[in-house]
Amino acid sequence: MKRTPLYEAHAKAGAKLIDFGGWEMPVQYAGILEEHRTVRTRAGLFDVSHMGEIDVRGPQALEMVNMLITNDAAKLADGQILYSPMCYETGGIVDDLLVYRYEADHFLLVVNASNTDKDFAWVDRLAQGFEVKVENISAQTAQLAFQGPLAEQILQRITDIDLAQIKYYWFAYGKIAGVECLISRTGYTGEDGFEFYFAPEFALKLWDEVLQAGQAEGAQPIGLGARDTLRFEACLPLYGNELGEDISPLEAGLGIFVKLDKADFTGKQALEAQKAGGVPRKSVGFEMVDRGIARSHYPLALEGREIGFVTSGSFSPTLEKNIGLGLIDANEAQVGKEIEVMVRGKGVKARIVAKPFYRRS
Amino acid sequence: MNPANLKYTKEHEWVRVEGNKAVIGITDHAQHALGDVVFVELPQAGDSIEEGKPFGVVESVKAVSDIYAPVSGTVTAINEALLDSPETVNKDAFGEAWMVEVELADPAQLEGLMDAAGYEAFLQEEEH
Repeated sequence: MKRTPLYEAHAKAGAKLIDFGGWEMPVQYAGILEEHRTVRTRAGLFDVSHMGEIDVRGPQALEMVNMLITNDAAKLADGQILYSPMCYETGGIVDDLLVYRYEADHFLLVVNASNTDKDFAWVDRLAQGFEVKVENISAQTAQLAFQGPLAEQILQRITDIDLAQIKYYWFAYGKIAGVECLISRTGYTGEDGFEFYFAPEFALKLWDEVLQAGQAEGAQPIGLGARDTLRFEACLPLYGNELGEDISPLEAGLGIFVKLDKADFTGKQALEAQKAGGVPRKSVGFEMVDRGIARSHYPLALEGREIGFVTSGSFSPTLEKNIGLGLIDANEAQVGKEIEVMVRGKGVKARIVAKPFYRRS
Repeated sequence: MNPANLKYTKEHEWVRVEGNKAVIGITDHAQHALGDVVFVELPQAGDSIEEGKPFGVVESVKAVSDIYAPVSGTVTAINEALLDSPETVNKDAFGEAWMVEVELADPAQLEGLMDAAGYEAFLQEEEH
């Protein structure tokens, strides 16, 4: 299994380690519920060095990126970031990613760890038709995420630039604990916070110094378990759950990231046709009415008829309720409707509710 | 520590024998391995459970695990409080978090269970 530069630190901190898409990663330290609440109320540090990074450079970098993604990178300024799906010709999703614009001819793509090889092959193939150079720089790039309402004030104490100047979905260069970083105001938790990229040899130093800076405020290391429940409450999609090769971004509720007025992009025809013909399925949020926890892939039913399936489901630590996300027949997707989650063969009542489940105040 | 007055299974359940009845729960090792328990599903009084077959479910934030019957019998009581406070499993696995009480169908089945020392040796073995 692959390991990040922080593997030893996780083991030493008593983390429970699991196989996550071929990476040996911490799923929890103190416990998922406690870690989840730490990020919602204080600040938590995540090792996300397993994420994939692809560098795109050259005179046609923008054209290539815009052919790759469904969102419009032409709107980006230097130092700005956007979120986008990238699709197959069929309209199914290859992955979702962040696009960082360094300069007009230089971009950074940040993709899901378990998809990095597939994504790089996909990007590399598309790049053949453009005057660009693409490079998989994942192994030379470490990444931490520091998230929570106290993240900025803690991180500011060990950072040499004014973090307040970095707006949501923008980035800047600065030193954290003396280490050169690309610092972006992004995250996957529903909280304010930062993600920073740097050379792997400094990972341990940064990890220790950020935790130490936040010790008085109760900052803690956070595993992938809480990362999942945090993103889930905020209804941020996860590839393999809400997103996949046979799910379109329109179905997944990512329509605002699909710019059909853009000249062209991979999957445009299929998505235009789907929109014109009516999007067949819709991503909905639901909460359990009766006792039970929905888990991904459990069927969803209405009056005994299967109408879709659960994409993510869990106990919500913030709401203290059992909630879920499902992909269902668009005709049945009205908020307030009662549906059934098939839990171990038995129908358990649930109700469709508005998304997201959690939004920071 | 695993109490000396209980018997144990390889699936990490414990049994406390009281006359012709047995009280069943999951061990402290099991709750620790599961992590934060957020849901417990139990049978109803009057249901039969069968040795080696699942009779309930315990779910943590990440995992769904069956609870296996250490012995066969008829359920005479369930711990209703546990359904509303599943976190009790993490706090007191051997005490307050008992799950069901059954009337033993075949007391001889108890002989197939481990004592505390045997269970501890089994846990050590499992770690390697």
